[in-house]
Amino acid sequence: MSTLKEAPPALEVRGLRTQFPGRQGLVRAVDGVSFAIRRGEILGLVGESGSGKSVTGFSILGLVEPPGKVVAGEVLLAGRRISGLDGAAMRRIRGAEVAMVFQDPLMTLNPVLRIGTQMAAAVRAHDRVSRAAAWDRAEQALTTVGIPSPRARLDAYPHQLSGGMRQRVAIATALLHRPKAIIADEPTTALDVSIQGQILAEVRRLADETGTAFLWITHDLAVVSSLADALCVMYAGRVVERGPADAVIAAPRHPYTVALVGSVPSGHAPGARLPQLAAGLPPRGADGAPDSGCPFRTRCPRATEVCAAPPPERDFGAGHTALCHHPVEAAA
Amino acid sequence: MLGFLLGRLAQAALVMLVMSVLVFLGVYAIGNPIDVLIDPAASPDMRAALIRQYGLDLPLWQQYGHFLGNVLSGDFGNSFVFRIPVMSLILSRLPATLELAVTAMLIATLLGVPLGIWAGYRPEARSSKVIMAASVFGFSVPTFWVGLLLILAFSVEFRWLPSGGRGPAGPLGLSIFSADGWTYLLLPALNLSLFKLGLLIRLVRAGTEEVMASEHVRFARAQGLPEWQVVGLHVLKNIGIPIVTVFGLEFGSTLAFAVVTETVFNWPGMGKLIIESITALDRPVMVAYLILVVLLFVVINLVVELTYGFLDPRVRLKSGA
Repeated sequence: MSTLKEAPPALEVRGLRTQFPGRQGLVRAVDGVSFAIRRGEILGLVGESGSGKSVTGFSILGLVEPPGKVVAGEVLLAGRRISGLDGAAMRRIRGAEVAMVFQDPLMTLNPVLRIGTQMAAAVRAHDRVSRAAAWDRAEQALTTVGIPSPRARLDAYPHQLSGGMRQRVAIATALLHRPKAIIADEPTTALDVSIQGQILAEVRRLADETGTAFLWITHDLAVVSSLADALCVMYAGRVVERGPADAVIAAPRHPYTVALVGSVPSGHAPGARLPQLAAGLPPRGADGAPDSGCPFRTRCPRATEVCAAPPPERDFGAGHTALCHHPVEAAA
Repeated sequence: MLGFLLGRLAQAALVMLVMSVLVFLGVYAIGNPIDVLIDPAASPDMRAALIRQYGLDLPLWQQYGHFLGNVLSGDFGNSFVFRIPVMSLILSRLPATLELAVTAMLIATLLGVPLGIWAGYRPEARSSKVIMAASVFGFSVPTFWVGLLLILAFSVEFRWLPSGGRGPAGPLGLSIFSADGWTYLLLPALNLSLFKLGLLIRLVRAGTEEVMASEHVRFARAQGLPEWQVVGLHVLKNIGIPIVTVFGLEFGSTLAFAVVTETVFNWPGMGKLIIESITALDRPVMVAYLILVVLLFVVINLVVELTYGFLDPRVRLKSGA
């Protein structure tokens, strides 16, 4: 630690654990996840479907659908603990201090309400302002995310806008209260590549200009590699590798990350088959809960007997770490 | 919009025309009105004169032509039984049925929508399960039986409300302007509303559950919207279309077929009139009534469709659709 007193991270998560009752006992969707995001930083949370990345986002906001439950860990917002607050206090934080953007903008905007009505409701959920003032704020927010003729867009219904425009509206809604952090759950997955590029550039600019911290949840390594400052790779509810984005992409250490990076088409000769991972489920103990060994060992090409023991945290310098018994060498 | 309206009006006219043929043929097929009108002991000459007077000796298509011409000029003929023009007979019964149906729909809506929203919002709550169980009774227990029970309880046992009949008619022929009128109206309206109440509760609950599970409600919560606004803003508007559809259909059938309730409570409405005219083979009344019912449904459906466009901006009102 430096002697200078550092500002606390915009969003910090420590030992977060969320579980759902399943048919064969409890399912730990999020199993001890920790990370910190500084002001203006974009952290990419990467993993395959079911790895627990979306549940991580919902757990931070206290929006896990019952019977799912956050059972351990804490969430700190600019150093202030927000996990475990009661419903009313949590509502005041949602949208105002931490906001969220979802995957499919057609689903997240109510089809029968005008854009302006929905955004004004979001403004007035936290600030006691007049209807007209709320619409003005919404108009400003649309301008911020680069939407042309914002006034006309406010009068429109979601289906009258293009997919990219809708996602800009969702991001503008998240920005209304200048939150300290925005959790973006696969926000560009439903968009085509050129629109995706525009949105990513916009988000990068917003993070730099407003100092908003972004948690960017995605399964698409290609997206985060160009956008994120840092990466966390999740597998079976745990962060198995983390570090600066370029370091993780250039020299992945965990065999799972290696496989993820290897499956991005751009690094291969045209026409060549992309490497595929073997199918398999994380091992589970008799009570249905995961055991303490490496969750990836059932699919891992490098797995040995020792992988049933808890994997050690290996440090590769500059904050790049991986939980693995047999990390891949740097020249991979 | 104008094209849509014109197209729909043309469709409505066609429906009305087809229905007039069906009604005419259907009623023509049942019995011979002369047998009802005339003393069985009358001479064959008198009989033949009467048949000629009513035009019953003409070919069927000519009879229909006369009938259609008269209907278009608003003349449905005279009631065989009451000996007065059918239109004024039906119109004199309309206010009674109208106030009964409207009150029943209001009871069903004002109770059914909030109860259904609650049951859909908190499906696991004990109160919700009670509401859902009660709603099953609403549309599975026969109306006449509930009506008798209501009379037994509130009229015979407690003596709070009259067992039947209608209060004095005030302005516009309506009885709802006096407290006395309400004491008569309350029981039949409640009886008539039970089926619709059960239906609305289940419909609203299903819609609410669906909306509450949607991504846009999750997004609204992620923006920190208070729960009352999540329900008031997102749920209410989204469940509007099925409610309006069922409301329209139910309102039509309540107006047209409140027969059972009107009979049990001796309510002098249109339902009782049609039953009486069927028993007496009063053909002009039956024909006029059926034509009016068709008109009623056509108008209600048109209004319902126009409401869709208002409730859901994705619905484009196109002609010929």
